[in-house]
Amino acid sequence: MNWKRKDLLGLQNLSAEEIKLILDTAVPMKEILGRAIKKVPALRGRTVVTLFYEPSTRTRTSFELAAKYLSADSVNISTATSSVVKGETLKDTARTLAAMGADVVILRHPMAGAPNLLARTIRAAVINAGDGAHEHPTQALLDMFTVREKKGELAGLNVAIIGDVLHSRVARSNIWGFTKMGARVRICGPATMIPPEIEATGVQVCTRIEEALDGADVVMMLRIQLERQQQGLFPSIREYARLFGLNRERLALARPGALVMHPGPMNRGVEISPEVADGINSVINEQVTNGVAVRMALLYLLGGGGIPDA
Amino acid sequence: MHKLLIKGGRVIDPQAGKMFAADILIVEGEIAAVGPGLEPGEGAVMDVAGKLVAPGLIDMHVHFREPGFEAKETIASGSRAAARGGFTAVACMPNTDPVADNRAVISYIKARAKEAGLVKVYPIGALTRGSRGEELTEMADLKEAGAVALSDDGRSVASAAVMRRAMQYARMVGLPVISHCEEPTLSAGGVMHEGYISTVLGLPGIPAAAEEIMVARDIILSEYTGCPLHIAHVSTAGSVRLIREAKARGVPVTAEVTPHHFTLTDRAVADYDTSTKVNPPLRTEEDVAALKEALADGTIDVIATDHAPHTLEEKDVEYQQAPFGLVGLETALGLVWTELVIPGVLSPVEAIRKLTVNPARILGLQEGVLKVGGDADITIIDPELTEVVDPATFASKGRNTPFAGRRLQGLPVATIVKGQVVYNRNLAMIS
Ligand SMILES: [Zn+2]
Ligand SMILES: [Zn+2]
Repeated sequence: MNWKRKDLLGLQNLSAEEIKLILDTAVPMKEILGRAIKKVPALRGRTVVTLFYEPSTRTRTSFELAAKYLSADSVNISTATSSVVKGETLKDTARTLAAMGADVVILRHPMAGAPNLLARTIRAAVINAGDGAHEHPTQALLDMFTVREKKGELAGLNVAIIGDVLHSRVARSNIWGFTKMGARVRICGPATMIPPEIEATGVQVCTRIEEALDGADVVMMLRIQLERQQQGLFPSIREYARLFGLNRERLALARPGALVMHPGPMNRGVEISPEVADGINSVINEQVTNGVAVRMALLYLLGGGGIPDA
Repeated sequence: MHKLLIKGGRVIDPQAGKMFAADILIVEGEIAAVGPGLEPGEGAVMDVAGKLVAPGLIDMHVHFREPGFEAKETIASGSRAAARGGFTAVACMPNTDPVADNRAVISYIKARAKEAGLVKVYPIGALTRGSRGEELTEMADLKEAGAVALSDDGRSVASAAVMRRAMQYARMVGLPVISHCEEPTLSAGGVMHEGYISTVLGLPGIPAAAEEIMVARDIILSEYTGCPLHIAHVSTAGSVRLIREAKARGVPVTAEVTPHHFTLTDRAVADYDTSTKVNPPLRTEEDVAALKEALADGTIDVIATDHAPHTLEEKDVEYQQAPFGLVGLETALGLVWTELVIPGVLSPVEAIRKLTVNPARILGLQEGVLKVGGDADITIIDPELTEVVDPATFASKGRNTPFAGRRLQGLPVATIVKGQVVYNRNLAMIS
């Protein structure tokens, strides 16, 4: 199949075929990453803009490297940490980007739906690099790519997503992605951090981590924002770690060879114990490498480049 | 002597609950006669064959933004929108800048409405100073200046103690209290209904409980103080249950629903269309069904628009950034007809009752009926006429509607205030 969409705003509206196309395209891209000279001319002459309204060195660098390896010109616009840039609206910024001749705009924004607004406004392709509590599709795609690489197949796997699902765009994108590919998804976290009516997305909600881990092939831990305690969403870090932290004993409830994932950055000793984070089940570092490959695939598909040299 | 004969229509009398063929003769702004075969004498004739002739519609909940936010709407532009929507009278909420919490602002609004010279504008005074929910306004003074009700609409009075005193005092003064029911700590940060759609969109939600807790509290205070309480823009099935039960017990409570709440659900928020951002938020299918049932069984007395214009630039932003509110005056009657009358939820007479006598009764106005000797405030409705909503044609300054492109049937074709035609959509006038 061919890629037909202008933008990548989330995984909710992608078909399993489209997801498979992205993952398949990332395979040759990862091969490029293994070369001594990591550069192909696929996007030569194209301009990729990273527009970040929220700081995330990790995601931004991953996209910038992906653009460089495909020979695109990349421009980085980071705004102040404030969510509202005084005087200039997202629409004004969009017009500026259009005037600059951007072909692909990668947007990270603290508000859900900002990429949808941008995509409606400009002709350039828009990639959602995380919007509020809505979606973070490239993170989920790199997670799926990593799992597929290790397990061969996504269909039939048991995936446990544990932590602050309410505020997690990573969780939402992974729920859409994994369920579309035929995996079973369980979510688990404090009752105050389980979004209302989440079951309707096709996931099973577990209140105890032991239940979520039972027979899991993939264990995805989410970062807990420590300030959520001040917002009264959980009573203490200590109790959070005690009820929802992943340690070696708990991991033993999962299938042998279960993968441990984390979108980073980790609170070691809170949601994940150091021994598990650095243990043999952990694929956390590979997630980072695969992130570049998946983003190359997306830039390639959305940027309208030539045949990749692979 | 100014005379106008409205000839050949079917008259709706919501008070008597009847619809019958009759002409209406207007002399010097008053209704001089209602009956068959009237003659105009030397006056003009409006041929309304095939049309319905209703008492002038009353919208008891609009935001005209003047003084303070004239870029959104002025009393003049709001009056034009009201006339175009078939409304002969509106009651405007006090959340202007300055807030209508004193005699000067109430008088100013009345003066501006008189200058506009189109529809009747009844100011609603603030319940507390600056609508801050702390100190009571000079309610007697506000009433003398012309306020017809009291409300801090836009927010709830967070303190139950302040609300209790406000209701005691309002009762003494003889003004109804209109309550915007929203428990602020539960709704804080929310931008849409909390449920499956907010979960999927990743937008902070406003739970139904935020509304229902305040509906329950204010009903309890109404019962305790004896103060007539009107619940603005009811949006949830739970609120409906509370109101129904309170009415059955004899609590002096009334309620209104907006056309957008009985028409749309939170599914309309998909793709982050900011014209769907409204407070209270659009709810679920079950809530919409409960609102329709409550309209049919009389639990909900009034249909009001909560007309809330904003500028294009204010709404053309991220969903969370956009202000709450949509414009309703020019789509209201079409939505009532299309969503309620045609499907049989309400008869034409019942629908008109919720747009005329009921709001008039709640606000203590001598309007909403067609009676000889009364002001000739009349709305002519063509129940067959259809039109696709085009915000570009709105008389309101606001274009923020989620109904653009929707086909509506049953539209106002003429609006008459004190015998003057303030809106006429191609109706033949024979002199
Ligand atoms: Zn309100
Ligand atoms: Zn209002």
